[in-house]
Amino acid sequence: MNAPNLTPAVAEDNRVAKPADTAATTRYIGQSVPRSGARKLLQGRGAYLDDIRVPRLGHVVFVRSPHAHARIVSLNLDAARKQPGIIAAVDGRALAEYCTPWIGVLGHLKGIKSAEQHAIAIDRACWQGEAVAAIVAETRRQAEDALDHVQVEWDVLPAVTDMRASLAGEQVIHPQLGDNICFHRELVTEGFDEAFASADLVLEKTYDFARHTGVTNEPRAILADYNPAEHSITVYHATQAPNMMQDIFSRHLGIPESSVRVVCKDVGGSFGIKVHVYADEMATAALSVMLRRPVKFIADRMESFLTDIHAREHTAKVRIACTKDGDILGFDLDDLTGIGPYSVYPRTSGIEGNQVVNLTGGPYKHKQYRANLDVVFTNKNVTCQYRAVGHPIAVALTEGIVDEAARALKMDPAEFRRRNLIADDAYPYTFPSGLKFEKLSHHQCLDKLLAAMDYDGLRAEQAQLREKGIHRGIGLAAMIEVTNPSPAFYGVGGARISAQDGATIRLDPAGMINVLVSVTEQGQGTEAVFTQIAATAVGVGVDKVRVVTGDTAITPYGGGTWASRGAGIGGEAVLQAGKALKSNILDIAAAILSQDKATLDVRNDQIVDRATGEHKMPLSELGRVAYFRPDTLPMNFQSELTVTRHYTPREYGFTFTNGIQASLVEVDLDTGFVKLLKHWCVEDCGTVINPMLVDEQIRGGIVQGIGAALFEECVYDESGQLQNGTMADYLVPMSAEMPDIEVGHVETPTRTSELGAKGAGEAGTAGAPAAIMNAINDALAPFGANVAAQPFTPQRILRALGKV
Amino acid sequence: MSETRIKTCVTVNGQSVEREIPARQHLVDFLREDLGLTGSHLGCEHGVCGACQVMVDGQVVRGCLTLAAQTDGRRVDTVEGLSDNGELAALQQAFLEHNAFQCGYCSSGMLLTALHIVRNHPQADRDEIRDLISGNYCRCTGYHAIVDAIETVLRGAGSALAQAKHNGGSR
Amino acid sequence: MKAPNFDYVRAGSVQQAIDELVARGDSAQILAGGQSLMAMLNLRLSAPSCLIDIAGVPGLREIEQVGKTVRIGAMVTHAQLQQSALIADQVPLLAQTVPHVAHLAIRNSGTIGGSLALADPAAEYPAVAVALQANILLQGPRGARSVAADAFFEGFYRTARQPDEILVGVEFPIAPAGRRVHFDELSRRRGDYAMVGLAAALDFDGARITAARLAYLAAGERPVLARQAMAALVGTSADDKAIQAAQQALDADLDPPGDLQADPATKKHLARVLLGRCIQQLRQAT
Repeated sequence: MNAPNLTPAVAEDNRVAKPADTAATTRYIGQSVPRSGARKLLQGRGAYLDDIRVPRLGHVVFVRSPHAHARIVSLNLDAARKQPGIIAAVDGRALAEYCTPWIGVLGHLKGIKSAEQHAIAIDRACWQGEAVAAIVAETRRQAEDALDHVQVEWDVLPAVTDMRASLAGEQVIHPQLGDNICFHRELVTEGFDEAFASADLVLEKTYDFARHTGVTNEPRAILADYNPAEHSITVYHATQAPNMMQDIFSRHLGIPESSVRVVCKDVGGSFGIKVHVYADEMATAALSVMLRRPVKFIADRMESFLTDIHAREHTAKVRIACTKDGDILGFDLDDLTGIGPYSVYPRTSGIEGNQVVNLTGGPYKHKQYRANLDVVFTNKNVTCQYRAVGHPIAVALTEGIVDEAARALKMDPAEFRRRNLIADDAYPYTFPSGLKFEKLSHHQCLDKLLAAMDYDGLRAEQAQLREKGIHRGIGLAAMIEVTNPSPAFYGVGGARISAQDGATIRLDPAGMINVLVSVTEQGQGTEAVFTQIAATAVGVGVDKVRVVTGDTAITPYGGGTWASRGAGIGGEAVLQAGKALKSNILDIAAAILSQDKATLDVRNDQIVDRATGEHKMPLSELGRVAYFRPDTLPMNFQSELTVTRHYTPREYGFTFTNGIQASLVEVDLDTGFVKLLKHWCVEDCGTVINPMLVDEQIRGGIVQGIGAALFEECVYDESGQLQNGTMADYLVPMSAEMPDIEVGHVETPTRTSELGAKGAGEAGTAGAPAAIMNAINDALAPFGANVAAQPFTPQRILRALGKV
Repeated sequence: MSETRIKTCVTVNGQSVEREIPARQHLVDFLREDLGLTGSHLGCEHGVCGACQVMVDGQVVRGCLTLAAQTDGRRVDTVEGLSDNGELAALQQAFLEHNAFQCGYCSSGMLLTALHIVRNHPQADRDEIRDLISGNYCRCTGYHAIVDAIETVLRGAGSALAQAKHNGGSR
Repeated sequence: MKAPNFDYVRAGSVQQAIDELVARGDSAQILAGGQSLMAMLNLRLSAPSCLIDIAGVPGLREIEQVGKTVRIGAMVTHAQLQQSALIADQVPLLAQTVPHVAHLAIRNSGTIGGSLALADPAAEYPAVAVALQANILLQGPRGARSVAADAFFEGFYRTARQPDEILVGVEFPIAPAGRRVHFDELSRRRGDYAMVGLAAALDFDGARITAARLAYLAAGERPVLARQAMAALVGTSADDKAIQAAQQALDADLDPPGDLQADPATKKHLARVLLGRCIQQLRQAT
């Protein structure tokens, strides 16, 4: 097991992957091994869902409500059914015979409520884009042609689109619920009122966050293939959680769980978008059952903007209380967030707000905390967990108000943080919101960051440039990040979402290692990480390992990928399975060689003498004997070259990581444009298995966060019409505006697993918006100008400066 | 109106193909559905994301904004063809070594733009590379590693080229 | 999204294309590069009955000097414009503009004729054509004609081209001695539609401005010639006072509609900033 080591920041030789050197070493933990298993993706020879060919395939398009809120007065599909190539045209009522509805609530979010949602809406559409009928045709274009022949009469209803109006509840979307409040949570620590009343400094600020969305390059995709002879269904699904979907298809379609097979092909990006249950995807599966033939749905880009989950629409008022010396006493949060008309199933749309409450104030010593959260329904698209979930909000409002406090007390923001970050030796630590931290490294990370960016040098340069009318800003953002969740996240609430994962590892006769893992791959390099762990655990070269994920008929039962759990949880399962397989291999070797097992080892694809390293036999020879010549082994001996191990984190509800980011910007005061000069992140995600993959996850996450900070917003008008549902109008980050991003590491392994790995997939997104905001406000500070509403567009910056 | 069909003769990855196709079928759908060349992807179908890029007469174009019928008498090269003939080998090796791809969905389009850069802008610096790939959407990498990979090939960095020579071409 | 069905004709000559337009009526459309048209069809924002593909029509891909003008055929692509030495030398404002047009792949297929005919208010070439007083060349059943850019762009995606006419080319006057040109636009990301853009041509006699043409894009339904601002510059040496006067005069010239990126006040502000930067740049140049 590697001891924690301080990886130097961006050493050139650490960054570029070298081909695995199988002659010299088989220990791959901590090496930037390239993803050879992904080479096919660079040749256009991957297999994404839309690449599959299946006979008798029907393509489905959906009749989607043009109104944010409307009753369906009449729906006539007769003319559509007669169009060329049409297989079927189906409404919500007909489909309800094949798919039961659901409600997105869980028991551990006390009082959460939502209304029943069907696969295709019946009687009423509650957001622009909600499906009210399905047309299945031989080709997609024929199905789209037929849409013109659908006759719908609508009774347009008032739409609730403003969060505050929704909370006030004059217009209630689901009258049976009584109000529009999906979830409400309050907490307050003892002594809060007194602390805030007597504090030297209390500052208050409201931060606004615009709703935005994932924009995965590959749109949502599903192909369901029902076999009427078996009453079984195979669903090819671009999903992060195939076992979760297996359970859901089973229960809602009425097909036994073991007759539901969910297969993940290559997935073109997910970031949480593809971990939720979508009505139109359930409808696709139900249509396959109804029509007794395979049916495919690929969301086109317009549909994606209208119906992929949105996220992060919040208005949050935060207060901070400090002493005059700069000690933070507490935080006070009032968070209002607007979701869609339904809480999304099965993870609920209350989790994001819940996380904001849990994580505000995260990195800092303080005892007092009060929070009030309201999650309200609106007639806009549904929202749910999207990369980093509530972290970007919690980090932005915490780091924002911390900078305000530093400014008010005339303290350098880095020094203010240094004074208040939880000490590196203060662990285990229980947070005011109740969370428990095992061990974090805020100060180590801060030191490393300030050194890597030459903080003092940048401050000096900033001062000089200001004299010349060039306005740069430096923004810091410290954060904590939830990873490796236990059932505390979902299971305790009654969700059939697994928090454990498994790995089945097998030595094949020719000496190859085959690993089946229940965690899934969407491009982050999960399979490569498992390759490295398996190779290390067994004692073979990475070129001898094949990893298979994403097939519920083949891979072990597990949770899949979400909440940055793949490396930490799946990786531990692979490690334990690998170690167990190695032990079994050595049992066989000992039997073959008539030697004590303790004198042998597996290294570099060979059985070797543990002490001298002398080669005894290649694994391929051991495989030959075990599989084809067991008659040559002792009478009572049975070889076992397939081993399964599962792992679930037990001691802590979540394994927290920590990190700190910095942004250097230059603001053009005349145009309001922000130029991103550079970005840094120092991240502690425990044992780093592949530094290059972690770095790239962080970079990609940071750019996603930059998107939210500067560019991305789902714009709705008051009547609930999406104004910018194309790639030309919804602005995602493209290369020319993005900075180079330097990543450094500190490694504090978790002791809850042998591997010691925590998660890393979301940290970049968690901290980037805060760092950008703080940098902009640092640049604007000499003018008394400040921005607090994301995205920080040129117009908003010009208004803050009073130029417009 | 019944489906308009038009005869189209096009050379795809060096092979002559003659089909009668729907006039409205765009080039990527033709490649994917009719020829089984699924390496070019659809991310938006309105010309913004770049996942659909292919080469027509040696020039990078948006496949989703090109009717298959418009390629009559012309030459189309896809990522598969350019992989098989080795033209992309150095870039593919550099992308692998720098992890300049994650989910891979943008990669075919991105590699074609990168090939254009290697062929036409061999002196490009990092800013110019960023400018030239600014029409290719990647959600996974944040672009830094892609710039690194292209820069490596442009600067002719030893290991990347050597590796490419070893691995280049499939036959 | 898949495009709706349409008839499709490969025209072999300008005359054939005109004949098809006449025969099929208003809902037939010319397919040039297709970079705007195909996007609209794929989004089902448009449903023409027929596309007339003019890629095979000879004589539309030339860039040539004709007397004191440079004539550019309608099918010349943005990429060809970018690579043309003739354009760089004789119509430098156009050369400066091309890199701002969309992205690499679009520039390989998209055409100047398609861009001028579409007349998107945020497009670059219409503003350049107005700034340089270009002439748009049309052909139709009633013969050939040439329309001055000022008169050609009528409104929101509306031009003087009749439905049965084809835009076959554009003529730019060769820059006179003493002309200095500058193009710039402000967009959220490289290649995006401009929030506001400016195509400027100033004629200098020594240090004095003798003539000024300032054409804004994305500031109205069509390119806007900022006449008051132009007047404020003529006769001056583009000193700071003149620039300020021109910026103030812009208020009367521009009445931009708001859009997703900027409201009218912001657009006006940005237009002023662009003007200041542009003129400062030009007074430096030789």
